[in-house]
Amino acid sequence: MGLQGYLIVSAILFGIGAFGFLARRNAILMLISIELMLNAANLSLVAFNAYDYFAADNAGAVFALLVMAIAAAEATVGLALVIAIIRTRQTPEVDEYSDLKE
Amino acid sequence: MVLAAGVIGGGLAVVTLRNLIHSAVAMMVCFGSLAGMYALLGAPVVAAAQVLIYIGAISVLILFAIMLTQAGDANLPRPFHRQLPLAGLAALALVGIIGWAAIATEWGNTSVVIAATLESIATALFTDLALPFELLSLLLLAAIIGAIYLARRPEEDERAN
Repeated sequence: MGLQGYLIVSAILFGIGAFGFLARRNAILMLISIELMLNAANLSLVAFNAYDYFAADNAGAVFALLVMAIAAAEATVGLALVIAIIRTRQTPEVDEYSDLKE
Repeated sequence: MVLAAGVIGGGLAVVTLRNLIHSAVAMMVCFGSLAGMYALLGAPVVAAAQVLIYIGAISVLILFAIMLTQAGDANLPRPFHRQLPLAGLAALALVGIIGWAAIATEWGNTSVVIAATLESIATALFTDLALPFELLSLLLLAAIIGAIYLARRPEEDERAN
């Protein structure tokens, strides 16, 4: 499986994440889908790095590590937001959050 | 190929299973297979970070959030939006475009695997990329403070005042 194989796996994983984000109603599952998309991007970064497509040495692997740290921060804040919303609205389903519409 | 099947199968299971706990476990399978891929791509440090951060920390965080928010039965009665067909179409179009770009491009070197050793990553992180590294620590501090502030119960700050 060469570079193309990894890129295709990455594209499919990104598509799955996008589908989950658009189609699921649960707020926590939408956050999980965002994590899937971030991981897909990470996979292509590491693949490009392994096949020497970055000008600097191992910039791709370092970028992947930075993305992981940012994903951790995003998951922390996102889950705190979701828990705060669920505490006030008593439901994790995003189409019940219609306060601004009413 | 086994790892690719693990990644894609795990990802599909995440977005299709009705039970949120099962979704979170499928996510761990997906991320574990991704760690294997990173190891194959000559980046053992990234693989180790994937296991520590994703499988260790983020999965546990998400499982905690699920258990905090699910009252009783975790099986969702209606997991998908009405916009399910449109979402499927959009995701398929996205995969098509990115996959086509990956297939149609002539990739120059397709056999070289550069090893990203701990030493080279550490050198890059503390010389060329030192500024992003320091900014990242600031971001993590802000995220910790923000998460504590957001997740605090409203009664508690009345008591504190």
